Parts: sequence; C-alpha cells; structure tokens
Amino acid sequence: MSIALRGTNTTISVRRRLKERGLDGVTLLVLPGVIFVLALFVYPFLYGLFLSFKPLKGGTLANYVTFFSQPFLYDTIWTTLVIAVPVTILNVVLSIPVALRVRRMKWQRLLTTILVIPITLGTVLIADGLLTYLGPAGWLNRILLGLGLTNSPVRLIHNYWGVMLSLVISGFPFTFLLTLSYVTGIDPSLENAGAMLGARARTRFARILLPLLLPGLTITLALSFVQAFSVFPSAILLGEPSGSTRVISIAAYTAAFEQFDYSMASAIAMIMAAVQILIVVALLAMRGVFFRGPVSTGKG
Amino acid sequence: MPSAPHDFRELRLEAISREFGQRHALRGVTLSVARGEFVALLGPSGCGKSTALNCIAGLLQLSGGAIWLDNTRIDELGPEERGFGMVFQNYALFPHMTVRRNVGFGLTTQRRSKAEITRRVDEALGVVRLEQHTDKLPGQLSGGQQQRVAIARAIVVEPPLMLMDEPLSNLDAKLRLEMRAEIRRIHAMLGCSTIYVTHDQEEALSLADRILVLIEGQMRQLGTPAELYSQPATPDVAEFMGYRNLLESTATPADCGVMVSVAGARLRGTPQGTKAAEGRVVVAIRPEDLVPVPDGPIAATVEIAEYHGRDFYAVLRGDDGATLYCRSPVRLSAGESLRLDARPDRVLVFTP
Repeated sequence: MSIALRGTNTTISVRRRLKERGLDGVTLLVLPGVIFVLALFVYPFLYGLFLSFKPLKGGTLANYVTFFSQPFLYDTIWTTLVIAVPVTILNVVLSIPVALRVRRMKWQRLLTTILVIPITLGTVLIADGLLTYLGPAGWLNRILLGLGLTNSPVRLIHNYWGVMLSLVISGFPFTFLLTLSYVTGIDPSLENAGAMLGARARTRFARILLPLLLPGLTITLALSFVQAFSVFPSAILLGEPSGSTRVISIAAYTAAFEQFDYSMASAIAMIMAAVQILIVVALLAMRGVFFRGPVSTGKG
Repeated sequence: MPSAPHDFRELRLEAISREFGQRHALRGVTLSVARGEFVALLGPSGCGKSTALNCIAGLLQLSGGAIWLDNTRIDELGPEERGFGMVFQNYALFPHMTVRRNVGFGLTTQRRSKAEITRRVDEALGVVRLEQHTDKLPGQLSGGQQQRVAIARAIVVEPPLMLMDEPLSNLDAKLRLEMRAEIRRIHAMLGCSTIYVTHDQEEALSLADRILVLIEGQMRQLGTPAELYSQPATPDVAEFMGYRNLLESTATPADCGVMVSVAGARLRGTPQGTKAAEGRVVVAIRPEDLVPVPDGPIAATVEIAEYHGRDFYAVLRGDDGATLYCRSPVRLSAGESLRLDARPDRVLVFTP
C-alpha cells in the first residue's frame, strides 16, 4: 500500500515541482526569444571571437598584438573614453534635477513626451540639425557675431564638441527616462519625513534621495555609457573622424570596409566589448556597496 | 533662519481652507490646541482630516486662513522651519538607515554633538522599548516595531507639537490595541501637544482630550469624547459615533421631550440642539440602546443574527419595513419575532 501511494505521489509531484520552479507550458513561449538571442547575438559574437584569432598573416594573437602596438589603433580606446565618459556623467547628472522636477509636475506626460522625442529622431537627423544650426553660417554663430560676442565663428562642429553635443541630445532622453523611473519609485513621504525633521532640500537630497537612487543611477550610468561608447554616425558626421573623434568603432569600420580585414575588425570589436564589459562590471560591483533594499517604506 | 517658537501656549487654526482645483478639501476649520492637549481629528476617509494635518505640518500650503503659534504666524513657514514632529501612516522610515540613524536624523540636522545624539537616541528608543534593535534596518522589523521607530524618531527632537496621521491603521487588531495604549503612555509621559488623525471613533474616544469631527471638509462638532458620544450634534456625527439606527420620522411635542414614530411604533425621544423638534426629524439610536423587552412598543423580525462572543448583533426588519440594528445579551436567531424598546434619553431626535 505504501508503494502504491508513493507511486501516485511522484507522478503528480514532478509536474508540480517543475511548475513551482516556474516551468510549465507557458515557459515554452521563451523559446523564440532564446533562439533570436542565440542567432543574432551569441552566434555572431562567437563567430567574431574565433575570426579575430585567425588573422590574415601572423599567429593567433597577431591582430591583438598589432592593435596594442600601434598608437594609431590603441589610441582609439582613449579617444572614445574621452568622449563617452564625460557625456555619460553629464547626462546622468543632468537627468537627476530634471527628473526630480518633472516628477511633481502636472503636465508630466507632455514634458516626458517632449524630452523623449530626440530618441525617435535618430542620430542622423540630430546630426543634420546640428550641422545647420551650429555651423559657421548657422544661426548660433550669426547671433553671436551679430551681438558682437565673438569676432570669428565659434567652432562647434567637426570636432570633439560636435560629437559631445549630439551624444548629449540623443542620450539624455534615454538617461532621463531611466532616472525618472527610479526617482518616481521613491516614496514621497520619505522626503516629507526628512522635512518634518528639519532637513532642508539640499540635506534631503544628499541624505535621503541620493543614497536610495545610487543603485539605480549606477545601472543608468552603465547603460548610458555603453550607448555612448559605441558612438559611430555622429563621430563621423559631426566630428573629426580622422583626428580628435577617431573612436574605436571607426577603427573597426576602417579595418572591415576599407582594408577588408574582417579578422582585424573582429579583434577590434572584441576589444571594444572588453572595455565596455570592464567598465560595466566595475560599475555593477560598486553597486554592491550601496543600499539595495526596497525604496518604499513600511508595510503600507 | 525663521522658526516656530518652541514653547507655546496654544496653536490656533483660523478658518483654514485648502482647495485642490475645484474641490474644497478643507473649508474654514477653526481650532485651538492648548499645550499638552491631545486632539483627534475624526472623520470618514476623504473628509479632509489628513489635508488638515498636512496643512498644520506645512507639507501643504493653505488656500485660505492662518495658523498661529501664540503670536507667531507660521503658515508661511516650510515644514523644516516649524519643528513639529510627525508620524506618518506608512511610517516613512528611511529604508537605508539603521534604527539608530533613523531616530537620530532630526538631531543630526540640528547639528548636535555625537555624544548628545547617542544619549538622546538611546533615551527615545528606551521610551518606545526598542533598545535591542538599534542596528537593524527598518525592513528587518515588524510593523509594530517600525511604528515605534517612527514615534521615537518624532519624539527625540522634543517637538512642541506632535502630528499623527492614522498611525495605527496598518497594524493588525491586537497590535493596534497595544500601540494605542503605548501612544497614550508616551503622551502622558512627555506631555507633548498632539493632533491625531483617525477614522476610527474608538481610537479617538480612547485617546483624545477633545475630538473634532470633520465631514466633507467642514467642522461638524468639537467636544470631549463623552460629549460626542452621548450628544452628537448632527445625524452624520451620530452615524459616525456608532448610532447605527438613523431613521427618518415625524415628531409631535409631548409633555416631556417629544414623541417620534419608529418602525410603526411611538417612542419618547430627546430633542437635540436648540430647534424645537416637530414635523420631519431624524431619529438616532445605538444598537446597544435598542433592547429586546417582552412588552416593548416596536415589533420586529430578526433577519440576520451574528454571534459576537459577549453578545448578539442583529439586523431586524420593523413592521413598517424599516431596517433596525440591535445588540442583545440574550440569544437571537433569524426569523424570530420580538419587541424592542429604548430609553427616552437614548433616543436622539434631530431636526434638519
């Protein structure tokens, strides 16, 4: 009798145990997504990784040796960082006060929509606009010259500043949306409690809001950085692609489509990925230091 | 830095109002709170009691009226300049700070010395009996403990006025009773003036020196718990104070009080207010005052009878179809017919 009982028990419990771990019929819906990721991300990545170890001439590591022995190539890492890091920090730092303000606004949705429009425009349209407005004969320089604030046109395009501006315009909405979601997740009664205990706005921000925002902000930093680090169109259109804005993606592009050295291009792409992963991992490790509990309060 | 006086004799609300767009959340509320007094703002949800508290705290601006602390007008000051203590409904503990740092927050913003902060935080945690939990985060505490931390955090700065916004509403029934006694004990110990918002009449009756009933943003009645309990000023206050039987009726004058018709029977009642009770009136009777007696004037049939341990609670249908509620120490069962009576002084007659 006990054997029979145990038999029926196991037939039921396999299914139930699977279900308790979140595995049932619905789980199959994940499959298309998994296939998609495997086909379009994992496979090309591994393909590129292998390709990078099969250089046109030389040993397995020849591409990497070449990259790190030629300043023309390895300097692109530094060039890209010099653009991406300030842009990321600027975007995140700017998004905090804007998000804090927008959170309490009546027309939050309208404002959010306006701020988000640049995402839908795409980099090329933004570059086109900036070329016209900020060029030597654009309205900005005409106003500055007209008012006598400057004697010669201010150079804001075809250099570092052009790329920087375009990355701020296209990256800010993204950063802002992320920050806004973290900011609105914080219970407003915490700030009220701080005020009731005599803390002024600055103290409330530094001691209540910021510590609770930091984990979210590091995620925002990581994602914004990855976006800025892979800059390509605006570095060419608005920058100085052979000089101060010769970013790493341009180096990969040149290797692939000008020198037709796919193996070298893959190696550069792998180095680019490695730098990104290094920085993202460092940021996420920092996140472990911060408080990561619920940002709401009590059992309410 | 402008600030509210720390010692005061009274807090005065002068016809304070607050509008949200077209909606009047608070209309012309006037109240004065003496030093050490415990005043409850009582009303159903949406009656404006929390709005009133937030206005006193400075978290909401007034649309009209003024708030005075003795001779200082404080309604223009921000919440951080008023120096009042507040206990929030959801406790609003800082989730990233330990209990010690939560409680010490108000002292830190006052730039007190480390030694003083440690000493006073220990004292406050002693008052709420939480000495063993100083290094825990709020998330590791139970609801009742979180509530104690919230109270300790507010009292540690020795505020002249303590504001409490439904502090017990998130606790279960047993803990609510415990914390209620705790709040009373702390108030008796520190003697700090308190304004306490609640929708629970029992809480208000048991804690407050005076109760202000707010309905639809307006003051309905201000008085001691005993006054409100036995002499509600209007039918809606009566309803809120547990007069479950509210019946439209007609009154005729009698030699002592008035005679009213209730569920087809004639009852002797006591007119409330100054107006002479005659014609159309509202009669209010508590379920516990409507007692089953063999020769009572009201005939009714029990529809639902609930066993409540010490007594029975019944919903009855009167002979004329009116719904009646009664509490009875003797067993009642559904379908039973019985007769009810009420003492004339417990039959309140309101003239609209």
